[in-house]
Amino acid sequence: MKTRETGRSTRRTGRTLPLHLVLGLVGAVMAVPLGYAVLSGFKSTDQLSRNPIGLPDPWVTSNYTDILGSGSFWQLVGSSTLIAAGTTVVVVAVSALAAFSFARFAFRGREVLFTLFTMGLMFPFAVAALPLFLLLRSMGLLDNPLGVILPQAAFGLPMTIVVLRGFFREIPAELEEAATLDGCGPLKFFWRILLPMARPALGTVSVLAVVGSWNNFLLPLLVFNEPTWWTIPIGVQQFQGQYSAEYARVFAYLVLAMVPALAFYSVAERQLVGGLTAGATKG
Amino acid sequence: MTSTFLPDKRSGPDTGPPPPSAGSGRSRARRRARHWLTAVGFQVPALVLFGTLVLLPMLFALYASFFRWGGFGMPEDYIGGDNFTRLFQDPVFLGDLWRCLLLVGLSLVLQLPFALALAVALNQKIRGRAVYRMLFFAPYILSEAITGVLFSMIFAPDDGLADHVLGAIGLDGVGGQWFADPSTVMATLFLVMTWKYFGFHMMLYLAGLQSIPAELTEAALIDGAGPWQRFRNVTLPLLAPTLRISVFLSVIGSIQLFDLVWVVTAGGPDHHSETMAVTMFQYGFKRYQVGYASAISVAMFGISLVFALAYQRFVLRRDLQGATTTMRGGGA
Repeated sequence: MKTRETGRSTRRTGRTLPLHLVLGLVGAVMAVPLGYAVLSGFKSTDQLSRNPIGLPDPWVTSNYTDILGSGSFWQLVGSSTLIAAGTTVVVVAVSALAAFSFARFAFRGREVLFTLFTMGLMFPFAVAALPLFLLLRSMGLLDNPLGVILPQAAFGLPMTIVVLRGFFREIPAELEEAATLDGCGPLKFFWRILLPMARPALGTVSVLAVVGSWNNFLLPLLVFNEPTWWTIPIGVQQFQGQYSAEYARVFAYLVLAMVPALAFYSVAERQLVGGLTAGATKG
Repeated sequence: MTSTFLPDKRSGPDTGPPPPSAGSGRSRARRRARHWLTAVGFQVPALVLFGTLVLLPMLFALYASFFRWGGFGMPEDYIGGDNFTRLFQDPVFLGDLWRCLLLVGLSLVLQLPFALALAVALNQKIRGRAVYRMLFFAPYILSEAITGVLFSMIFAPDDGLADHVLGAIGLDGVGGQWFADPSTVMATLFLVMTWKYFGFHMMLYLAGLQSIPAELTEAALIDGAGPWQRFRNVTLPLLAPTLRISVFLSVIGSIQLFDLVWVVTAGGPDHHSETMAVTMFQYGFKRYQVGYASAISVAMFGISLVFALAYQRFVLRRDLQGATTTMRGGGA
């Protein structure tokens, strides 16, 4: 039994060897930049220029510990978190209401409205960046987290509505009929029955909203002149500008800045990938 | 899909006239009005948010694009279509268009086929495929700004990892200035974009491949079709809707490309990696020619619109229902 299994598995490995070589090569190209950054962070800048490719010798931890010990890095993490959470709450709450109406009501103008929102899917944010900035300035929302949260939520609406609408439509009509017979109005049905049932879909769109907000660069770049509310992407760019000669420190900073996103990815991989592919293909 | 939240149990889009039926017309009309108000009431927060922060700015950009305007006060110096005339004579903007086409072309010819090949490879039962999948997709979730800073250091002229690796395998002369050389900056940028985005397209294709019933390829196998024939005549046609979406996202991503370029080169050297969004940013926020920058925004909007409508009309036809996007409008 055992030998047969090994036999089969070696045969399979033999057949797939070229495949493994290709995948391994691609994997290396994907992983090397990240690994290089991690290792370089453990060198001093001096050591990095003398020994660019080898392992650190000695291992210098001060790049990492200095950054972790500084308040400014944690401030970035804090603002990024707050802005991501705020964006997610707003976009999911507002979209859920709209998606409910699109999915469960027939009303005059529905198709026109839905088309309006789906049109928003096709247009890059960069198109609206400049006028949006002018608008936020006139509303006094510059250097205010709401100046990033609200536009991010607004631009997230189309995608979130499309995904949630699809999900809400799958909930059987009988359930709604039963609820109505029990005297449940639309709002109560939405709040007490639909939302709890839609938890997986809400999870998916929330994960997408978090990642989108976390990585957004252009909007915080425009809105925040003062460092108070800088998010991680802005902080990384500024740090590189400030310490451009200290390569090792910048690498350490980059690595630490990647950790939250990668950690989030490893926890929420399923929702993230499922949501992205579903958002892109199903609608 | 039937809904009980209907005034008269009629389902489907009710854009047509009300069905002729008996019953008290007045109370029915009132019930319909109440029903309509309820339905639209749920839309109000989304409409307010979308209207003020998405539609209004776009309309304002259209308005401002007809003015010479520094961005303060209201636009007053009306100059008609001059900004647009200037735009299509501006070598930088024309260069932006060319570079956009170049990136789209490179993506279609290299990046997407590469993603497809890897998706097909990872769709088989091979050891470690979960790890590969996770690794290939990981760069997609990193912020463009972080990716940009990382690669600006990896491709640092003469001293980055790229040059050291090439030197170590005896290809000293191959590397060089990367982002700093006008003749290599776009190729280097495309490399980084492929590193960052191919995993996303690969995931799309994998999802598409997994929805193809195994019976179909097995049937083709029994009919004596070779691997290439099975791929060409069974897999590829069935994957077509996914491919079309992926191409769409890739093009939209190229049109709006900003973050990566801004962080790595800011459009340089000497505009050789500038994109439409970067040019818009330069004029709008650095040179305070806001009217002209608005015209660039409008042009980007127009290009996206024409592309989206043409694509929907001629390519997607019916398999795009409710359209698509990714986080922030898609990866290139």
